Amino acid sequence: MDLRIGDGEPTDEERAAVDGLLGPPGSSWEGGDERTQEDLRWARGGREARDRRDLLLPGLHALNDRVGWISGGGLDYLCRRLTVPPAEAYGVATFYGMFSVRPRPATVLHVCTDLACAAAGSGPLCAAVAERLGPAGEAWDGAVWQPSPCLGLCERAPAALAVRAGDGGGAEEGTDPDRARTYAAGVAAPATAESVAALARDPAAAEPEPEPALAVPQFGDPALTLLSRVGVVDPASLDDYRSRGGYRALRRAFALGPAGVIREVTDSGLLGRGGAAFPTGRKWQATASQPDRPHYVVCNADESEPGTFKDRVLMEGDPYALIEAMTIAGYTVGAERGYLYLRGEYPRALGRLTHAVRQARARGLLGEDVLGQGYAFDIEIRRGAGAYICGEETALFNSLEGRRGEPRAKPPFPVEKGLFGKPTAANNVETLVNVLPVLERGAQAYAAIGTGRSTGPKLYCVSGSVERPGVYELPFGATLRELLTLAGVREGLRAVLLGGAAGGFVRADELDIPLTFEGTAEAGTTLGSGVVFAVDGSVPLPQLLLRIAEFFRDESCGQCVPCRIGTVRQEEALRRIADRAGAGGDGGAAADGAADGTAYDVALLREIGAAMRDASICGLGQTAWNAVESAIDRLGACR
Amino acid sequence: MTRRDRGRPPSTRYDRLTHPLVRDEKGGPLRRATWDEALERAADGFRRIRAEHGPDAFGMFSCARATNEMNYVAQKFTRVVMGTHNVDSCNRTCHAPSVAGLSAAFGSGGGTSSYEEVEATDLIVMWGSNARFAHPIFFQHVLKGIRNGARMYAVDPRRTSTAEWAESWLGLNVGTDIPLAHAIGREIIHAGLANHAFIERATTGFEEYAAEVEPWTLSAAEQVTGVPAAAIRDLAHAYATAERAQLCWTLGITEHHNGTDNVRALINLSLLTGHVGRYGAGLQPLRGQNNVQGGGDMGAIPDRLPGFQNVLEPEVRKKFEEVWGTELEPRHGRNLTDMFEAMASGELRAVYCIGENPAQSEADSAQAVERLRMLDLLVVQDIFLTKTAELADVVLPATAAWCETEGTTTSSERRVQRVRKAVDPPGEAREDIAVICELAERLGHEWKFADAEAVWDELRSVSPLHYGMTYERLEEHQGIRWPCPSTERLEPSYLHGRLWETDPARRGRPAPFGIVRHDPPVDLTDDEYPLRLTTGRRLDSYNTGVQSGGFASPLRSGECVELCPEDARRFGVAEGDVVLVASRRGSVRAPVAVVDGLRPGLAFMTMHFPDEVDTNRLTVEANCPIAGTAEFKASAIRIEKPTQQPGAGEDSAAGNEPAAVGS
Repeated sequence: MDLRIGDGEPTDEERAAVDGLLGPPGSSWEGGDERTQEDLRWARGGREARDRRDLLLPGLHALNDRVGWISGGGLDYLCRRLTVPPAEAYGVATFYGMFSVRPRPATVLHVCTDLACAAAGSGPLCAAVAERLGPAGEAWDGAVWQPSPCLGLCERAPAALAVRAGDGGGAEEGTDPDRARTYAAGVAAPATAESVAALARDPAAAEPEPEPALAVPQFGDPALTLLSRVGVVDPASLDDYRSRGGYRALRRAFALGPAGVIREVTDSGLLGRGGAAFPTGRKWQATASQPDRPHYVVCNADESEPGTFKDRVLMEGDPYALIEAMTIAGYTVGAERGYLYLRGEYPRALGRLTHAVRQARARGLLGEDVLGQGYAFDIEIRRGAGAYICGEETALFNSLEGRRGEPRAKPPFPVEKGLFGKPTAANNVETLVNVLPVLERGAQAYAAIGTGRSTGPKLYCVSGSVERPGVYELPFGATLRELLTLAGVREGLRAVLLGGAAGGFVRADELDIPLTFEGTAEAGTTLGSGVVFAVDGSVPLPQLLLRIAEFFRDESCGQCVPCRIGTVRQEEALRRIADRAGAGGDGGAAADGAADGTAYDVALLREIGAAMRDASICGLGQTAWNAVESAIDRLGACR
Repeated sequence: MTRRDRGRPPSTRYDRLTHPLVRDEKGGPLRRATWDEALERAADGFRRIRAEHGPDAFGMFSCARATNEMNYVAQKFTRVVMGTHNVDSCNRTCHAPSVAGLSAAFGSGGGTSSYEEVEATDLIVMWGSNARFAHPIFFQHVLKGIRNGARMYAVDPRRTSTAEWAESWLGLNVGTDIPLAHAIGREIIHAGLANHAFIERATTGFEEYAAEVEPWTLSAAEQVTGVPAAAIRDLAHAYATAERAQLCWTLGITEHHNGTDNVRALINLSLLTGHVGRYGAGLQPLRGQNNVQGGGDMGAIPDRLPGFQNVLEPEVRKKFEEVWGTELEPRHGRNLTDMFEAMASGELRAVYCIGENPAQSEADSAQAVERLRMLDLLVVQDIFLTKTAELADVVLPATAAWCETEGTTTSSERRVQRVRKAVDPPGEAREDIAVICELAERLGHEWKFADAEAVWDELRSVSPLHYGMTYERLEEHQGIRWPCPSTERLEPSYLHGRLWETDPARRGRPAPFGIVRHDPPVDLTDDEYPLRLTTGRRLDSYNTGVQSGGFASPLRSGECVELCPEDARRFGVAEGDVVLVASRRGSVRAPVAVVDGLRPGLAFMTMHFPDEVDTNRLTVEANCPIAGTAEFKASAIRIEKPTQQPGAGEDSAAGNEPAAVGS
């Protein structure tokens, strides 16, 4: 590999961080201190060294966790160890929102400014935080704060997350005490200026987060399936999980055999819950039948759609369910290795899943011989680092492989060439945990839930103008009105955003839409990831649209032109419209001129939107205009 | 201090020659002349010298970058018009040992495999080759091979950019290739991995070879080469057990005083394991100039007529004599190295040098310049006023082969490809073939070549290797590899498949093992000259820099002497310090660059910037007795901190301006 390593030297801390992940260097060619006589005569590497490229992202995390940013010397050392050209590694490091290649304080505070938090007052909160901690992005007393996209804490909005690099204090509950984490994380939600300031001083000293059961307003309802164990089971205890029905589904899977599981899942009518609603049985069948080996299972836990937090609640409240479901998926598609790609903003879920994987391994439920059935399977958890686009499955593969998280052109589809170019079944968290009731109850019983074409239970992330925000579970077919009534919708409902930033608005008089894939499609909107964000008059619609546009502009990976340019132009047009709306109201000629300008900008938005929808490589660009379009067409925004 | 100054202007700029130049008296200046005057002066001189001193007082340096057609006409001019076999090219300074070694083993001097086979092989050994820098296009094929699952091993004193891609890099001492190869051979034999089926069927001399390598145990080789025994064993087993293996080498093997022996030692390994004559398994000398293969194929070498046909065979001579209407001497001519020696002895009086720059590319360049000055007549035909052209009596402006002429060239994989004219030459510059034909005409030989294709068709008629390659077919197949004896079919992509035939008649002459012995470099290191200097290439520059120096490159840092960090400390020098580099032959000033890829006692320089740092003042004119290639790869030097201002004492124009340091 042509490595143009710079002159930077790693500090002892950076070296220790990287060596902690990769082990000590084998020779001076890999960054060892001493040039031994043998080093000068013999160097080994090649394929073996290059094959570790996928450890680049964990390596960047290791550096960032230890020192809070990624220095030139640290990056060079990591590159030398992995034989990755530093220019490429720099491209990867700068791709992610949670990394910095410039010095910054050890404590980084993320204050969410996305939809639910904006509705809950993140604007005034940010102003108050700026008063105490100085302007965003500027170091102040060992900390720096920055506005952040959705942190997935919408039921407790507004939210803030602090991460402190370096020390091992404040280890998450549920983590293994003998492997102290090198960093501390804390959450303030709902956040006040005081609690945020305290968080900045010491993330480890933050108030413990409430248990995930509090995010499940239906807690205790015997009708719950997916959420039945959340708040009931001890998330740290494998035995408790097993005493509540855990690992029955896996045993049944072994009894059925891979073909039998595929048949059950296909017959159940289970559709993917990540947004695309692809039949899970067909995906598994297609992966299992590929002659190319090895096969992989990837769990997409990069839950980043603004307003979505159901996967977090599942992973924090019932982590073993996901481990079991991934094991079933692996067995079914013939994979020996599963990757769980978890978004970087979920420290508690990371702690609990890490613990759960370790426990499962210790008890033979992962490893060489799962359940004594002669099937080898293990799961590796990989952390994202703040990139919405990595929720797109092919971008996620690139991220796992240690490349920039840019989506790939399809075809080839992941079932044929996915992770590391091998057949891969990639499923969302919610989809996977649905497999457990399919196997426990049988396909027929499962398919009886919901409607004919949308079977089973569905999770909804309800936030915004409701009394009881949280994750709700209803069978497919319930109406939007039923859901909102359950959540205690407040007076003055103006609209509901379905499916998150990539979804669409519906009016307050459209609440009888049945919540099914086909029902929402007929109504010209989408279920997406299950976001149900209730909007009342307190939040100006243009501000909301602007925030959505900002989000897409920020999160566009920049790979393809329609999205890279289009998201910028869309934000500009919306900003002009918002400015006019803010300044307007004087009447007369000025108002007429403003109306002309707005009409022009709306026409421009439509043109840009059509270009993005038609020509973008991936779903991000294709849907970046959805919410804005629905706001214009259905809500009459931008008039 | 920055190693790479991206704003650095081009090192040396050569402007295109647009009109002929002549020199009226020795020592006088070059002045502009008409074509007629320049040609007449050249023709007169050749005529007079031939009359006074005989045909062998003439020598032709033909061009390894020009077309096959030009090389064919140039050697025909030498043999028919002047009546001598004194024709050669810079192949002598690089791959002549490869040609000699491969010819001795297989009867033909080309690499045995094609590029695509590197992509389909299981193991690639890059021996004495930094192809990543020196053969970047070939290395793309290597990379494809690696991506397809091949393992690559690198054998090189330096840990080069190529070596960084390798599974295993073996950092041997300079000039110990034969001990390493012999140890690998011995290990293969003792591990029972030799391919005896192939050895018995297709080779001779195995017993003698086995006896020759017997003393080279792994530990004996470790003592001499410096490479750990385990590394040697690993490579031996990897090479022998691979189903297909490619053994590739470049100048690290050939530019030694025993270059041909080195080549034979490597060929032995392929004979021992049967890694030759099969798809994906073979031997590849990586050639440098775009047409250094073709120049030899066309007969621009002193011992072979076009199509690798031996001058010494009466049948062959008879065929050419009939076609050319002349008589050919039944002996070899002088090679480039011999011609330089004949200049010194006064036997060679006139040189026609086409597109070569020996004043800077020869080892011990000061001596080469001195000898060129001794000529009665030096005619240089080039596109630039090179340092060689500056010494000439007549300078003829020519065309750039790759864009201003029609014709063909032949790549390292023996593939003949068309070259097409895209632009007109500047000023009065004329096509090489037309210039040579003009001179031939003035010397009484009226050749009527309508175009390049007419030259090619004449070549086809005398060379069975090329007979099937019409321009039409070359176009159709996007180039064809020789041999191509038939206009109806194409041969396999690899050579010597015959060695695997069961029928002895079809198998032909078996390949002999080369019985060669270790012979350390001539220029020994001692207390006075403690460092081993080896030379090579960098990615962004080409040979003496005449053609690449005019282009700015962000990678270029000018010439420097590369030392390892340990030696830099030992000599108390730092990156960018200008030091005096001295060998037993001369000295130059050059800035120091500190690089990790070297080890104590080993230094590295290139020949890319001879106008700033004339590295070949340091190199040794110790020649391979078989191929005549000099030992560019091994000189003994010392490093000194200069005590006086540049120019006051030592014999170099280098380092006059600090700007050249790139600091």
